[in-house]
Amino acid sequence: MELTLWTYEGPPHIGAMRVVTSMRDLHYVLHAPQGDTYADLLFTMIERQDQRPPVTYTTFQARDLGGDTAGLVKQTVAAAYARFRPQMLLVGESCTAELLQDQAGTLAASMNIGIPVVPLELPAYSKKENWGAAETFYQVVRAALAGRLAEAAPERESRNTGGRRPRANLLGPTVLGLRCRDDVTEITRLLSRLGVDVNVVAPLGATPADLARLPDADFNIDLYPEIARTTCAWLERSFGQPYTRTVPMGVGATRGFMREVAVLAGLDQDEVLAGELSGASSTAASASRLPWYSRSVDSTYLTGKRVFIFGDATHAIAAARVARDELGFEVVGLGSYSREFGRELRAAAALYGVDALITDDYLAVEAAIAEAAPELVLGTQMERHIAKRLGIACAVISTPIHVQDVPARYSPVYGFEGANVIFDSWVHPLVMGLEEHLLQMFREDFEFNDKAVPSHLGKSVGHAAPAQDIDVAMEAAGEESAATLPRWAPETELELRKIPFFVRGKARRNTERFARERGLATITVETLYDAKAHFGR
Amino acid sequence: MSAVATAVPVPSVRPVLRERGQREVFCGLTSIVWLHRKLQDAFFLVVGSRTCAHLVQSAAGVMIFAEPRFGTAILTDRDLAGIADANAELDRLCRDLLTRRPDIKALFLVGSCPSEVIKLDLANAAERLNREFYPGVRVLSYSGSGIETTFTQGEDNALRALVPLLPQDDAQQLLVVGCLADVVEDQFRRTFDALGISQVHFLPARRARELPPVGSGTRVLAAQPFVGETVRALTARGATLLEAPYPLGVEGTTAWFAAAARAFGISTETFLACIEPRAVRARQSLDRYRSLLAGKRLFFMPDSQLEIPLARFLGEELAMETIEAGTPFLDQQMMACELSRLPDSVRISEGQDVESQLDRVRSAAPDIVVCGLGLANPLEAEGITTKWSIELVFSPIHGFEQAADLAELFARPLVRRTRLAL
Repeated sequence: MELTLWTYEGPPHIGAMRVVTSMRDLHYVLHAPQGDTYADLLFTMIERQDQRPPVTYTTFQARDLGGDTAGLVKQTVAAAYARFRPQMLLVGESCTAELLQDQAGTLAASMNIGIPVVPLELPAYSKKENWGAAETFYQVVRAALAGRLAEAAPERESRNTGGRRPRANLLGPTVLGLRCRDDVTEITRLLSRLGVDVNVVAPLGATPADLARLPDADFNIDLYPEIARTTCAWLERSFGQPYTRTVPMGVGATRGFMREVAVLAGLDQDEVLAGELSGASSTAASASRLPWYSRSVDSTYLTGKRVFIFGDATHAIAAARVARDELGFEVVGLGSYSREFGRELRAAAALYGVDALITDDYLAVEAAIAEAAPELVLGTQMERHIAKRLGIACAVISTPIHVQDVPARYSPVYGFEGANVIFDSWVHPLVMGLEEHLLQMFREDFEFNDKAVPSHLGKSVGHAAPAQDIDVAMEAAGEESAATLPRWAPETELELRKIPFFVRGKARRNTERFARERGLATITVETLYDAKAHFGR
Repeated sequence: MSAVATAVPVPSVRPVLRERGQREVFCGLTSIVWLHRKLQDAFFLVVGSRTCAHLVQSAAGVMIFAEPRFGTAILTDRDLAGIADANAELDRLCRDLLTRRPDIKALFLVGSCPSEVIKLDLANAAERLNREFYPGVRVLSYSGSGIETTFTQGEDNALRALVPLLPQDDAQQLLVVGCLADVVEDQFRRTFDALGISQVHFLPARRARELPPVGSGTRVLAAQPFVGETVRALTARGATLLEAPYPLGVEGTTAWFAAAARAFGISTETFLACIEPRAVRARQSLDRYRSLLAGKRLFFMPDSQLEIPLARFLGEELAMETIEAGTPFLDQQMMACELSRLPDSVRISEGQDVESQLDRVRSAAPDIVVCGLGLANPLEAEGITTKWSIELVFSPIHGFEQAADLAELFARPLVRRTRLAL
């Protein structure tokens, strides 16, 4: 049993719903009690879907439990097929139905309704949403390709030429993913410029019949490994299709992705990357404005901004690279709730000299953020709330998301336009360069201080928490009893207040450590500056 | 549910369309979203699955509270392997929680579908934990599971769990039952005061540990239609239920106060002097919505059990015409006064088969459909105007001062349609 206040991921059947709702001509019968239909609103409200998810629930009640819940499954399957006439039917259970052991999937498969029926077994008490999405996508692809498994992989390699343009599948985009719709458009355009055609995009927008065409591509693009890695690996084993490993988020990664695509598609790498002048300063050195914007003098103030990153593994790892290499930030925390990608995350964290935070405990993330005292948090919907409470700027880089993270405008995060979007959306929440200096110079100004939100965001936006909150939170994060600490002289406390709030916690801890190591009983103003000189910025 | 069977039989010839099929309703856990705000010293711990946790946070639609006063003890494979372990785990988790949150004075263990299917005995767990934590913390339990409850029935069960704890007092007093917005509660208290009814208590109070007394002198006035089980538990303790419509709209509110006034022997003169000015002001504020709403045809999908009282208010006071008032569960006793005021032309449906109900919506082509969040945008996309039903349980809508606000909730989607040039 584990206590959860907020969850980063729903149960695995929500992942299945994301896959099914992304596709067309596919239907999902879910053996679940009444109440579980709440899941529909995730799609119709957060993503503003104009249709209900293609899911029919058995919605059993207590009075059904003594009777024939298995009969209810069969009845529901028959009614759903009659009404929706899908090409393929998925049948599975939510957490409660799993306990009833009606074997809904097997039961439905035995009904011989005339279309492929895929039983979905998603262990609700040990797995979560992204795993459920990955498993569902894999099962649907397998079912759709059942008839083509006879095509041996080696034979396929021989027909991978013949004058036509190379073809790739884009795998992994789903509804309720981060900006998937726009990422698909962006990457499709990018590939088209390179001379690569998109064969099938899936799950988003695909039918089961489209999935049967997956092997017609030369290689796969694993856009969202949390969702598509299992399927990509299986397609490689079964049909000899290699797949990309680079997630094209940020300028460097997009260039790396293009290089990888060139290799898989048999194109000339130099030709593919023509126009992308790594290291060049001119405004024309990239298809993205990010390299020039980041080099422009206005961005100097971004240097060394402390950033804490948490999200799904794919976006968190990619964001860390962009943050350090393309914006000049300092990564002070990197974490993910994607335990399945713990190895990748730990490897990435090592690059930035931080410990990987792999957890789905919201309170642990909050404590880690308070402890790291960042100036910017890149996270999920949850970190937006943590940051708001601590009075820290925040941008959302990963699911779970809320309705404001599904913008009306074209707003990818992948590819060159995605890099532009990233520059804007990560820099916008920050206090701008000269404003920051003035804040530090005149700290007692009643309307222009570190408790106020950045002036370009206006009073109504941001709702920055009073800055003392972060002091309190950070002191709490220290978890050392006051008795063992050196005492702060009152005038030193006042001096400490003049330090910007986002580094105040760190300054406090460093000073205390400095004083303790030297056996000082009282921290004077001089101790504060001695410690500052000792530790640097 | 046993509710219908135990209800006082009310002679009714009105046919009710009873449906069984897919139900598009929340489970009782959802009421935690407002209960945990109302009861400022209480923590609601759902004992359930990741689905339960996800439901409560998604249904709320917001996550504005950094550390909310609700959470989920998520069952894992290990808990399913042995009930003994699950009990020990639950105790450990509650102990951790209460140590970390010394501000919590009442802990509600809330049963869910999985906890009920595996027969995890939360009443027993509450007793066990009370031995350890009472009087510092009172531990209670109730079911909010989807197999037992829909949406607002969760509040009914939570309040019913408080009833055995209420101190006995046979003095004359009024007990108002059902969670109300604080502002409404204050208005009601002032009005009862002006009427000369001074012994007034509310269930729930603003703190779970502030328990109103109950006894043979207690007259119960239900502020919400979904508190039937709580009312029956109170009557079992000697209280008397005052039959009245619910305080929605001017007429409903007037009749509701009238029921209290009659029971406490308040003179007609005093009643009119107190109520009439409030009613007149409320009628004036309703006037501006009448031209917008009169003649408009409504369809209620089943949701909060407020559907029938709302259909009555919108018909009586704004001349709207309800085609169908769907309710997840029809409590004949609690609805008797409402049903008798509803025209025969209103079809009452109980339970749901969502696909066939949507077919009825499409063929009836109503001007506005009151429905849950899962259905609203798909219906809008079909060109059908909708009103989110959840707003009706999240907004102050009761009493004279809110009558116009309630009308406005129905007017806004219609007005919006006329404003947009798209």
